[in-house]
Amino acid sequence: MAVIALDRAPAIALPRGIRRSRRTVNATATVAITGLFVLALVPLGSLLWTAASRGLARFDVEFFTNSMLGVVGGGGGALHAIVGTGLITGATILLSVPVGVTAAVYLVEYGRGWFKRTVTFLVDVMTGIPSIVAGLFAYAVFSLILGPGMRSGVAGALALSLLMIPVVVRSSEEMLRLVPDELREASYALGVPKYRTILKVVLPTSISGIVAGVMIGIARIVGETAPLLLVAGYTDVMNYNLFSERITTLPVFIYSQWKNKGMDVAAYDDRAWTAALVLIAFVLLLNLVSRLVARLFAPKAR
Amino acid sequence: MAPGGSLRGGNKNGERAGDRAARSIATAAGATILVALAGVGIFLLARGLPALRAGEGDLPDGATNFWQLAGPLAFGSIWAAALALLFAVPVAVAVALFITMYAPRRFAGPLGAIVDLLAAIPSVVYGLWGLMVFAPLTAGLYGWLGDRVGWFPLFAGKTSATGRTILTAALVLAIMVLPIIASVCREVFIQTPTLSVEAALALGATRWEMIRMAVFPFARSGIVSGAMLGLGRALGETMAVAMVLSPTPFLMTFRLLNSTNPNTIAASIAQNFPEAYGMEVNALIGLGLLLFAITFAVNYLARRVVARAHPGG
Repeated sequence: MAVIALDRAPAIALPRGIRRSRRTVNATATVAITGLFVLALVPLGSLLWTAASRGLARFDVEFFTNSMLGVVGGGGGALHAIVGTGLITGATILLSVPVGVTAAVYLVEYGRGWFKRTVTFLVDVMTGIPSIVAGLFAYAVFSLILGPGMRSGVAGALALSLLMIPVVVRSSEEMLRLVPDELREASYALGVPKYRTILKVVLPTSISGIVAGVMIGIARIVGETAPLLLVAGYTDVMNYNLFSERITTLPVFIYSQWKNKGMDVAAYDDRAWTAALVLIAFVLLLNLVSRLVARLFAPKAR
Repeated sequence: MAPGGSLRGGNKNGERAGDRAARSIATAAGATILVALAGVGIFLLARGLPALRAGEGDLPDGATNFWQLAGPLAFGSIWAAALALLFAVPVAVAVALFITMYAPRRFAGPLGAIVDLLAAIPSVVYGLWGLMVFAPLTAGLYGWLGDRVGWFPLFAGKTSATGRTILTAALVLAIMVLPIIASVCREVFIQTPTLSVEAALALGATRWEMIRMAVFPFARSGIVSGAMLGLGRALGETMAVAMVLSPTPFLMTFRLLNSTNPNTIAASIAQNFPEAYGMEVNALIGLGLLLFAITFAVNYLARRVVARAHPGG
């Protein structure tokens, strides 16, 4: 293998000084690169440690069973934010998964010519939309219908869909392209129409990858704060209705705990860190499960 | 025709009814994306344009016209993002090199996943961490820098005691964009032609010389496009900056350590929108449109760089 003697300067008859300086440069580079790699992980370690140590203070039953209704100072919980996160995320999935997967099917199975190129380009553009711009867009749309100053969960879901659709399209597209053409050919040879081939052969073969991609998409949007701060707003109380009134998610809960502190600062900080811990744990779990799904249920490659 | 050549493109002649329907549905989904993006442009324009004509009294912070508001914020966005890149790119390149060239192959996957964890953490959590853990840590360092190297223009002025400066915000941004740049770099480093690598080693190059002679020349455009994607992300990043930075309206300065700092477009929208009404809302939407235009230009350039380096790929 080529990697064996890399760190030793070769034994060619060069002047001793040159050999030594080359070796020194190489050693310095190794140390610097390793050092920078470790440096990059220090913030991650510090962040996870802080979230774990400070978040555990309020990691109790009350946190998961209470809203902030009437809470000043200590106590209270984030049930309203957890429920809100579930509702808004669910609505976002309903909006973006059908559009995203079907658009991927279009790009891989049907797309041709300028329209395909345009859609591919626009998905790239969508990937780069800043989340706060997505929020402003949802506000602009819904304030036309509901009037200025509106806040609602569906507007939040619309904003988040704009961020999730490109993730779903990209990953599904990649998975659909992995399906071997032999499978399609075999299906056509049996006289199966194209749409049935897609439904019965192509999609089932790639479903694990698509599900994994959707999970990555969820992980991306579940931590979004800015768009929801604009259009879903913050409330202290339970709201199960996506179509009216303010509705809180966990990230917005964290922000508002920091932003609108009462006299008992520690109580607000503790709640914020506990919510952060719950959110991080959920996002990491999603990432982990998506890897497992992609690996365990992957089509057997031959 | 090559096998499979006609399988995906599809042909319109002799299509069955079911196939026609399926094609229409799939195409409609593609069209939805087009409509959605056109909608973003149209709605932001329609709601943002009135702010361009608005005068004193209607705009946030008592600005006399839209550009007096937008100019310093655009400056702040670009300055903070540029600083973030300055820190993030070297570290990201080193991280990618470590994973692809130094660490044993077996660990490449897990190490990459750990770095990707940095991207999975929500920005509001970065904000909280930056504010409560990181900024206090930096405050001491800033004090020292201000005392010793205060003559240097970037470090001039009264040093912030809280650490909530644009330098801190840029460092937090750097941490957040690092994984994107690192993952793009990793992808191109791994594709370095084995022949070049082995040729360099066979000629007696050390590992670092091999990286300089074989990996970097091959990966240059990849690094640039990764940096541009990171720039786009840093420009649009909202919550971390909104929480960490303590901003001053209309301020435009390159100074890094002061308690008065320029604000960014995204952070200013997040800070002002919840309480905004009337023309202020239009002004903030106009700012959003400006941010969209800037990030679009940056991302577009990034992809052009990639397209030029790998034609057809």
